[in-house]
Amino acid sequence: MARFLANRWISLALVAALIVLPGLILPSSYYFRVGALVFISALAVIGLNLLLGFAGQVSLGHAGFVGIGAYAVAILPARFDVPVLLAVPAGMVLSALVAFVIGRPILRLKGHFLAVATLGFGVLVAMVLANEVGWTGGPDGMSVKRLEIFGERIRQPRDWYWISGTLLLIGMAIAQNLLASPTGRALRALHDSEIAARVAGVDVARIKVTVFVISAVYASVAGSCLALLNGHVTPDAAGFLQSVEMVTMVVLGGMGSLFGSIIGAAFLVILPQALTLFHEYEHLMLGILIILIMIFLRDGIVPTLHRLLMERRS
Amino acid sequence: MSALLEVSGIGIAFGGVRAVDDVTFSARAGEIFSIIGPNGAGKTTLFNLISGVYRADRGSVKLAGAEVGGMAPEQLAARGLSRSFQNLQIFFRMSAVENVMLGRHIHEDKSAWRHLLGLPSTARQNRDTRARAMALLERVGLAALADRQAGSLSYGMLKRLEIARALAAEPRILLLDEPAAGCNPTETAEIDRLIVEIAKSGIGIVLVEHDMKLVMSISDRVLVLTYGRVLMEGVPGDVARDPRVIEAYLGAGLPGSEGSHA
Repeated sequence: MARFLANRWISLALVAALIVLPGLILPSSYYFRVGALVFISALAVIGLNLLLGFAGQVSLGHAGFVGIGAYAVAILPARFDVPVLLAVPAGMVLSALVAFVIGRPILRLKGHFLAVATLGFGVLVAMVLANEVGWTGGPDGMSVKRLEIFGERIRQPRDWYWISGTLLLIGMAIAQNLLASPTGRALRALHDSEIAARVAGVDVARIKVTVFVISAVYASVAGSCLALLNGHVTPDAAGFLQSVEMVTMVVLGGMGSLFGSIIGAAFLVILPQALTLFHEYEHLMLGILIILIMIFLRDGIVPTLHRLLMERRS
Repeated sequence: MSALLEVSGIGIAFGGVRAVDDVTFSARAGEIFSIIGPNGAGKTTLFNLISGVYRADRGSVKLAGAEVGGMAPEQLAARGLSRSFQNLQIFFRMSAVENVMLGRHIHEDKSAWRHLLGLPSTARQNRDTRARAMALLERVGLAALADRQAGSLSYGMLKRLEIARALAAEPRILLLDEPAAGCNPTETAEIDRLIVEIAKSGIGIVLVEHDMKLVMSISDRVLVLTYGRVLMEGVPGDVARDPRVIEAYLGAGLPGSEGSHA
């Protein structure tokens, strides 16, 4: 089973099945909306997992890039008449540029210092979005023009379910490509020993910036989708709590596990919806569940279960 | 044979302590050049200076005639210098074969674009890198454990894995920092055989080792360091007999010192 999951085509097929099968039976647009939110979060979390789980570089400000992607599809079509479909790649380019410029100085820092620096970046983006009222509508946010494809307005959660599901599958495949390449090996290597990676010829500074930029682009695409799904954006999308939630999804699902990214995202998106049954105890239950998982499945849900499977086999 | 690695007058001070002071030596291709000395003599610091981990205060390092002093480790790697570490520096989360595959980084295409797209050329290169890495694992006797996570291998295996990773870069000169430290006699003999084999293939080896039997049996020349300075240099037989070396190691005439290093 463990061996089975390691094959990339099988794990891609598994993700495809997890997207398609529920899509065939979900009863109402509420469920499609939750599903779309899972896929969009998972996309951002895969990107963050490349940086945090695989390369071992913390970012507590990644929602900043979600914010850039979200406001790109809000501002560019509204103020500059840019087609929505072009605003998404524009947001990606902008996020990549910002990540490239701040990445070089910030990624020289390690551990807690890096965490604080990235946190500062995230807070900065959220503050700009909240204060540039003329551009962004301020703390109340702004509405987002709907995506139009062949003159058809895409606004149904069901449509966004399939669009974001497809994007998640593509994002997963790209991440797999990267991890199976020399760049992927280099970024995983620097997690364990930067000095050994450098002695082997890895330009550690360059690889760190590369993976930071890639993860920023993932977050940006997720942000754009989120804004288009909701039809509205607020600066909260880039807020500190969002950044923390992304990190929690990575850790909960499993650092260094692409599949774990999806499970982590699904867990933190679906569970609060399910726990509304418990009314005022909702947050308490969620907190206790997260604590229990971190105690009993310390390496995250997917890697721990994977290991247990391996042990049972041998 | 001309010198592959020329170190001249190199030195570094930490605070007021001259950890390495005015050290000069040269190593040739296909030769095993050993550096010995009591604990704290500056052997690992010297390695860190040569491999670009530390920046020397004084002196120069030449690789195949070109000045490389002050270069970063990754630049030195591209120029054919590789090393192992005294305290293991293994990528524990990666498999054994992936550790060795990373060693080939300088020979691989570095375009992240092509890697993200997963082009056939990247896949082809991966297969080639893996095949070469497997051959090296075979050579160090770890082929059967290729897909095991490195963190689950024994200490002696990891020592050999580090050598395989260093060899994957196809270096011209290889610095080995106590490759047999902490290994049992069987493992030491195996590493001994491996080092001789590597030197025979034309790679210059600079070896730091505490196992005197190993050093004396395989080295072509030996440099003795004490307190960061060169005490003497010569063939193993002369070094072993030299009274200054014996004194440095056994601390003759110094009360309270121990001779546990050999």
